[in-house]
Amino acid sequence: MGERLVHSQGGGKLSAREIADNFSDLHPPLNAQQVHVEASRCLFCYDAPCVTACPTAIDIPKFIRQIATENVTGAAKTILSANIMGGTCARACPTEILCEEKCVLNTGELRPIEIGALQRRAVDHLMDTATVHPFVRAAPTGKTIGVIGAGPAGLACAHELALRGHNVTVYEAKPKAGGLNEYGLAAYKMADDFAAKEVEFILGIGGIDIKNGQALGRNFSLGDLQEKHGAVFIGIGVTNPRALGIEGEELDGVSNALDFIEAIRQAGDLSKLNPGNDVVIIGGGNTAIDAAVQAKRLGAENVTLAYRRGPSQMGATEWEQDLAATNGVVIKHWVSPLAILGEGRAQSVEFECMRLVDGVLTGSLDRLYVNADRVYKAVGQTLVSDDLTGLKIEHGKIVVDAYGLTSRPGVYAGGDCIKSGEDLTVQAVADGKKSAQAIHAMLEA
Amino acid sequence: MADLRCTIAGIESINPFWLASAPPTDKKYNVERAFAAGWGGVVWKTLGVDPPVVNVSSRYGVHKDLDRGIIGINNIELISDRPLEVNLREIEQVRKNWPDRIIIGSMMAPVEKELWQELAIKIANSGVHGIELNLGCPHGMCERGMGSAIGQVPELVENTTRWVREVVDIPVFTKLTPNTTDILLPAEAALKGGAHAVALINTVNSITSVDLDAMAPTPTVDGKGTHGGYCGSAVKPIALHMVAEIARTAETQGLDISAIGGITTWRDAAEFIALGANALQVCTAAMLYGFKIIEDLNEGLSDFMDAKGYKSIEDFRGKALPNTVNWNDLNMNYDLKAKIDNDKCIECGRCHIVCEDTSHQAIIIETTDAGREFTVIDAECVGCNLCQHVCPVPDCITMEPVDNGLPYVTWPNHPKNVTRVAE
Repeated sequence: MGERLVHSQGGGKLSAREIADNFSDLHPPLNAQQVHVEASRCLFCYDAPCVTACPTAIDIPKFIRQIATENVTGAAKTILSANIMGGTCARACPTEILCEEKCVLNTGELRPIEIGALQRRAVDHLMDTATVHPFVRAAPTGKTIGVIGAGPAGLACAHELALRGHNVTVYEAKPKAGGLNEYGLAAYKMADDFAAKEVEFILGIGGIDIKNGQALGRNFSLGDLQEKHGAVFIGIGVTNPRALGIEGEELDGVSNALDFIEAIRQAGDLSKLNPGNDVVIIGGGNTAIDAAVQAKRLGAENVTLAYRRGPSQMGATEWEQDLAATNGVVIKHWVSPLAILGEGRAQSVEFECMRLVDGVLTGSLDRLYVNADRVYKAVGQTLVSDDLTGLKIEHGKIVVDAYGLTSRPGVYAGGDCIKSGEDLTVQAVADGKKSAQAIHAMLEA
Repeated sequence: MADLRCTIAGIESINPFWLASAPPTDKKYNVERAFAAGWGGVVWKTLGVDPPVVNVSSRYGVHKDLDRGIIGINNIELISDRPLEVNLREIEQVRKNWPDRIIIGSMMAPVEKELWQELAIKIANSGVHGIELNLGCPHGMCERGMGSAIGQVPELVENTTRWVREVVDIPVFTKLTPNTTDILLPAEAALKGGAHAVALINTVNSITSVDLDAMAPTPTVDGKGTHGGYCGSAVKPIALHMVAEIARTAETQGLDISAIGGITTWRDAAEFIALGANALQVCTAAMLYGFKIIEDLNEGLSDFMDAKGYKSIEDFRGKALPNTVNWNDLNMNYDLKAKIDNDKCIECGRCHIVCEDTSHQAIIIETTDAGREFTVIDAECVGCNLCQHVCPVPDCITMEPVDNGLPYVTWPNHPKNVTRVAE
């Protein structure tokens, strides 16, 4: 259905069919002719800037040439050998600030190669047609590694270790593997249950055992895992939603944007979800956009995204902001929430109008009131560090060296729980893989 | 608008663009559509001695570049598979319907004088402006002793040309095969046989591709394939060379030239004329896009001539011939250096890597905060042009002559030539 949505009209509810349409692929895959045209545009740059821009350093010119020469399976292997989650990254990566931003054709033709779309074509082809996993495990080493968290970092780490002949046990608190790919990305980016398909594909290499419902602290300690395994990798993300710390946060109708997104992702029937009529999202990152656009696509009449600073300070990329605007989300900049008003239920949000004074965000006496029967908080999450015994933590993140090694010997960490780069799937995959290589080197030493 | 009329072998045509003897000129229906579109003439698809040949299915294979553009077609179709009488009656009809357009009758026959002469007379009687001898088809017909089997033997070229000249009083075009080591030998034979003009090139012997599933060459006929005749823009460079050789060699200069070989654009056409062609024949481009391309051919050629101040084809015909020389006549002292305009550069690095990997290591990369900057080391650059050719940005890399003040010196006179005649 693409970037446009079916609007609700005059307060009427959307039909189940209209909602299903709104939640199909945001960008349908390129057709065969588009693939050929796009692949043949690539200049096959030397030391290509797009590769440098990719945290997982996928050899982009090579895989595009492989598509052009009709070796699409080979292209997928090139992608997956660098990034086993190439399928999710093809769908969810903000390519506009990564590979595609650096494409030299931005200068030459004022339009980059659609690298993400080509990557999707290749990986989808392999996942749809391959009868065996594309990579072969090394001979068994007899070593085992414990991985905490089955999100992108944990699964990338597990896959790389399994590839090298180790056996990996992944401890996951949630009932499903995939992390934010499964629970936290907008549904229209991951249509047709892609996150689950990708997990299944990754596990296809063998040697990875996922134990669901196993949470650090509740079911085991770091020490327990170190006793059982030769090494431990932590990929627990940041799961504690920040509070706004304002009056009315406890009212009915106020919740976390991530919980809203999770409810959408896990809903069997989207038409049973009630998005509310007047929705306010507080925050300025991609999660805020994902929540706002999905609320609109579920049929919410008025969706307002409120952010205390201006468009250039938003965590969401310009492309994501445009997507929200195209979908009828009203973005209010320079407003900071003061209180959520209502009796038992949220009815409106009171904002303070902000401005920059000498570069400092400054409040004012001006107020803005926005009706709200739903308020979704998307102001970030913090690390749950209670059970990270013996690990050095700074600025709310686990401290690691260049290989992901924490201050506790034998324990590595990666993904959103460390400070490595943008909090993106692709960065988490890069972290997990890098730590896996370090763990392998340590175990083989 | 420039005057596009041309004359070849005494035949005046409203423009130099004729459709070559091939599927587009197989019958009245196609030919009249071509004339309606604006083509100046056609060479009717080759006629043979009855009974007509039988063709196979499929017939065409193609060679594509990585952008999926077709750069060449190969065909294994034979000559006209319709009865001779049907073709001749249609030619008569089209001549009557289109009095200002040219029709040349193409023919081939087994190497027997009577057969060639009987057929030539019949075709001439249909009212054609001239006869073209198909001595070039490199597939099928050659296995029956015709086509390139004749064109590759100068003596047979001369004989067949003479046989036809003896019995008809219209111009005779001898069509040459490029599947030979020296195009001048059959060209001279044609001239000796009395040809008014040569038409070249016919198709190049080829296998365009192999179907890797069927493990057979394409086009594939029930699991088997054969070599066929290759044409299209990929053969243009081969044709340009052969046309130039005939036009610039004293022994063959008496021949008019009907140039054929991958002519796709007005620019291709102008290039052939600049190398001495009197008229042109087109096939593949029409087979890929339809007859409408004649508009761009005509208008493009005319606009080019207007821009250059050429009032007629003759004004620039052969104008590149004095500059088409042997390698030994080139100036050894001429020195070119590549120059990269970094304001235009989009930093793809193609110039660097081709020079580094395959040429003279003359382009260095400097990485700055602003990006990558590519610079030519003049001392290493030999002026080969490779970087300029691979650069995707128009006019970003230019080739600049070095003003070294040295005289024009050819290899025979070069100081490093040890076989040079002592002064």
